[in-house]
Formats: sequence, structure tokens, C-alpha cells
Amino acid sequence: MIPLSWFLAVSAILFVIGFFGVLSRRNAIAILMGIELMLNAVNINVLAFWRYTQPENPAGLVWAIIVITVAAAEAAVGLALFIALYRLRTTVNIDEVDLLKG
Amino acid sequence: MNPLDPRILGEWWNTFLRGLGLAEGWIVFINGLVVTLILLGFGLTSVIFLIWLERKFAGRIQDRLGPNRVGPYGLLQTVADALKLMTKEDITPDNAERVTYNLAPGLAVFAVLMLLVVIPFGPGLIGVDLNIGVLYIVAMGSIGIMAALMAGWASNNKYALLGGFRTVAQLLSYEIPMVLAMSVPVLFAGTMSMHGIVEKQARFQWFGLIMPAAFLLYIISALAENERTPFDLLEAESEIVAGYHIEYSGMKFAWFFLAFFLNTLILSAIAATLFLGGWQGPFVEQVPILGVFYFFIKTTAILLFFMWVRATFPRLRIDQMMALAWKVLVPMGLVLVLLAALVVKLPIPGLLQNLILFVTNIAILLFVLGAVGRHLRKEAERYKVRYQVSGIR
Amino acid sequence: MVLQAIFILVALFTIGCALMVVLHRNLFISALFLIASFFGVAVIYVLLEAEFIAVAQILIYIGAIATLIVFAIMLSRGMMTGRTSPRNAQALWAGLGSVILGIALLYVVAYRVQWPVVQKDVPADAIARLGSALVGRYVIPFEVASVLLLAALIGAVMIAREKEV
Repeated sequence: MIPLSWFLAVSAILFVIGFFGVLSRRNAIAILMGIELMLNAVNINVLAFWRYTQPENPAGLVWAIIVITVAAAEAAVGLALFIALYRLRTTVNIDEVDLLKG
Repeated sequence: MNPLDPRILGEWWNTFLRGLGLAEGWIVFINGLVVTLILLGFGLTSVIFLIWLERKFAGRIQDRLGPNRVGPYGLLQTVADALKLMTKEDITPDNAERVTYNLAPGLAVFAVLMLLVVIPFGPGLIGVDLNIGVLYIVAMGSIGIMAALMAGWASNNKYALLGGFRTVAQLLSYEIPMVLAMSVPVLFAGTMSMHGIVEKQARFQWFGLIMPAAFLLYIISALAENERTPFDLLEAESEIVAGYHIEYSGMKFAWFFLAFFLNTLILSAIAATLFLGGWQGPFVEQVPILGVFYFFIKTTAILLFFMWVRATFPRLRIDQMMALAWKVLVPMGLVLVLLAALVVKLPIPGLLQNLILFVTNIAILLFVLGAVGRHLRKEAERYKVRYQVSGIR
Repeated sequence: MVLQAIFILVALFTIGCALMVVLHRNLFISALFLIASFFGVAVIYVLLEAEFIAVAQILIYIGAIATLIVFAIMLSRGMMTGRTSPRNAQALWAGLGSVILGIALLYVVAYRVQWPVVQKDVPADAIARLGSALVGRYVIPFEVASVLLLAALIGAVMIAREKEV
């Protein structure tokens, strides 16, 4: 059996990579990709604890499904925002979008 | 004891492997390998026959002979074509994104081949009886979209990119009615396992007969998912040359071609499984090997229907394609799912449930067809007025 | 043994792809690596015996979210191979902070906490249980998620719609 800590380690590394992507990228779509990586890391964590502590309780699976749903909603709205932004300013670089009045 | 029962054959094979003194893990590995090789061999060789069938069938419909030069009845024509494609020059455009460009055809075939695993060819004849089989089919279908997108972008060609955009728009839109249509039998059978769904359709309780509207919905979305003729604006020669595979030549083009025909085969097989009872038929209990025969008869019937449509209908415009998906098929699918969920929960005998479903399905079908027909007539009227005003007949 | 070897390979693959996502200059290529990384995570779910979530991951993340991201990248074409750096001014500090956070997390995972682990199998009807939990005990989160999806659908259409000229 694979030790629980291995899953947690992978999840932690994935989370940190996503975190770095969110903080360091200029392009808004790249930042969104970092957020998706972080959400994936969270899901690995949730499912690992579900599997290794109480596999008979579906709460872990429910949690994972809700996280995936939220990720989908967030991606849809976020990308719609970026496309609207691109139409308005022809850029999706976050550090170039610094005006209160477009 | 029945020597023609594939399940008993499998038992015998496992006993044979154990007799050789192999560990359990190795037996699982060898079985997986054998099943994979059989499915791969079946998939790849069936395509040769399928292409011949499509050309011959379309030829007969259009009052031609079809291929008839290579081999008896032109049967070896596909082999000759494959040889020709293999000897052709393999071109990669200068400004193409090399790795993505070369990865896309493989991914297209991969996404389709993975589907063969969950198709029940007969009683006990299934690669893996996943308990989430239907969901797996839907998921693998979405990988195919990525292949088209990758090919369209990596070719660095505006027609390819346009074709890629169109493909994604169409495949994503028609995935929704397809999932809705597939969830109706799932609801009714109470399982997502392909084998379980087939077993629920014993004694001619085929879901396609009980719920013709859902079956039609699936067939239409399958045509679109397969990029077949009324929906082949993704590769319309007269508009965007050849769509996302415009830059591909030689074997890489052949891979896309292979994926296309395999997809046709698998979509028909899924239709046969979900709606026409798969391997169910008379005397299957006594002679299980008959199931394989029934399965292939049903699959071929749907295949021929697809080919018939392709040889007959003209192409849709892109706005018509989108409107059909979102304004007609998705609402219809939602109503059908709701209906099936309600009727399954009704505390009445199964036969009455089937009857209610059948009647309501026909009613929905008539209503939808009537609404679409009215809309089309109105549109035709508008065009007539416009042409008379501008003096064009 | 075999499972552990598979896990290590998949984990390395996933992490490598994730690194390429945040490091590659070309946005389209990083989106493709993101897809590969999602696939790796799906395999990790299979190793956790959560097949349903694994398939949902492929369906939603690869089939919907990744496709949307690639679509958005294509629509904002010309942005993906800019002459300017893909990283902002705080990238160095972000990298440093991430490494420190990573070391801290790994330290906690490896040394600080001994999680109580039970040796139990996943019940055969796990998916049926999940289904009845979704419409039973967890019906409120489920409904809230559906409302959220509907709101996101309408919002996305409203925001991205081209104004009638």
C-alpha cells in the first residue's frame, strides 16, 4: 500500500507550484492555470484523507465533486472576464491593467 | 456445459494459465495484454473493411459502382490506399509547432481506441466492465476535442485554426445533448455499467424502442460528434479547405482518417448497446455466442444508417448547427431526462412504465419536429420574399 | 511494490508537467502541459480508488476547463509569444516564498504529524453511496453548487458577450 504521506507530499508540491504560478505570472490566463493546479492539489489531499481515514463515508467524494464544480464555474467566469478585458484593452497582462477608469 | 459460451472459455483460459504455475499478478497482466491486443487488432482491421463499406454503399446510393478494381469487389482498395499513404512524403510545415503537430494525430486515435475497452461485444465479452462505463465514454470523448484543437493550432494555418475552432464549438455543443440522451438509459437501467445496461434490456425491452426520442437524440448528436455529413462543416472543402487536418499528409493524415472511421464504429456500437439491447436477442440464453452475432448485426445497421445519411444530406451552416444544438436538442434532452426520472419513480408495473414512456416520447418527438418544421417553413417564406424583392428567382 | 513504483512515476510526471505549466514561455504549450498534469492527477485519483472522481476529473478539467483555457488563449492571440517577459517583477520573491512554503509543508507532512490511518477497503457501492449522499445528507451544498453553476453560466455569457454596435 502506498503511504498516505506520499500523496500529501505530491499534493503539497503541486500546491506550491500552482502558488508560484499565481504569484509570478503576468498573463491572467496563466494565473488562472496556477489556481487550477492549486485546486487539484487540494483535491488530491481531500481524496487521500478520504481513502486513508474513512473510505466508507462519501463525504470526501462529495467534497471533491464540489471543488471540481467550483473550479469549473470559476474558470468560466474568469475566462469570460479575460476575454472582455482583452476586447477593451487588448491585453490580458495583469500588471498593465491598473486604471480605475478604463 | 456449453462450449460456445465465452464466459466458460474465459474460465478455461484462466485455469490453463494457473496450471502453468503463474502468480495471480502475472495472470492479470497477461489477460490485460491479450485483451488489449485483441481489441487493437479488431479495431484497426475493422477500419479497412469500414472504409470499403462506406465507399461501396455511398456509390450504390448515388448510382455508381464504387471501388471495384483492386481485389474482388474492390475489397483490397483500402489496403492499396493505405500503402499509398504510407509511401507519401511526410510534411511538417516550417512554422508548425513541431511536437504538438506530431502529437495530435496519435492523440486522436488514442482517444477513440480507449473507448473499445468498455464495449460489450457479447455476454462476458467486454474489456473491462467499469461500473462507470457510460461516464468513461463521455470523458474519453472529450479528449478527442483536444486533439482537434492541438492540430488546428500547431499547423499554424488560418484554415486549420478556423477548423479547430469550429470543431471545438461543435463537439462541445453536441456533447451536452449526447450526455443527456445517454443518461436516459442510465436512469432507466439504474446502472452506468455497459454490461448492466445490456442485461436490463432482456426480452426486447430495448430502450430505443421504449424511448425513440432519446434514441433519435443520441443518433443526431452522434452524427455531430463524429463530424459526419450534415455536420461536416468542420472540414468543408468549399469553405475552409479541410479543417484542422489541412496540413497533414501521408501517415499522419491516415491517423486522423483512422480515428474518424473508428469513431463511427464505436458510436454505432454504443448506440446498439444503450438503445438496441446490445447482444440481447432470441436464444441468447441457450447459445451465448449468438450474442456477438446480434451485436454486430445491430452495430452494422446503425453504421449503414450513418452512411446513408452521409450520402444523402447537404451540409448545415454553422449558425444552423449551433441553433439546432442549443435551441432544439438540449431542451429536448432535458425534458427527456426529467421524464425518465419521473416515470422510473412511479409506483406502477414495468410494462405500464414502458408504455407511458413510449407515448410521451412519441408526443415529444412530434412536438419538436412540428416546431422545427414550422420554423423552417417561416424562414423559407422570408427568403422567398427577399428574393422576389431583389428580383432573383 | 508495483503500485508504489507506478505512483512514483505518475507523481514525477504530474509534478514535471506542473512545473512546465508555470515556467514555459509559450502560453499554449503551458496549457498543454496543464492538460498532461490534469491527466496525471486523474491517475493519482485512480490509485486512491476514486475512479468516479478520476473520470469526472478528465471530463470536467480536460474536457471543459482546459478546452476553455486553450480557447481563451487562442482568442487573445498575439499575447502568447510576447517579447516581454512572462514573469512579473515579484517573480524572484514569489519563487523564494514558494520554496520556503514548500519546504515547510513537506516538513510538516514528513515529520510533524502522524495521521491515524485505517486499513479499510473502499465499499463496492461507493458510487451509489455518493449518489444518495449528494441528494440526501449533502443536498444543500449540491443545490448551492447547481445555483453557482447557473449563475456562472449566465454571468459568463453576459460578460463575454459582444455589445450590439
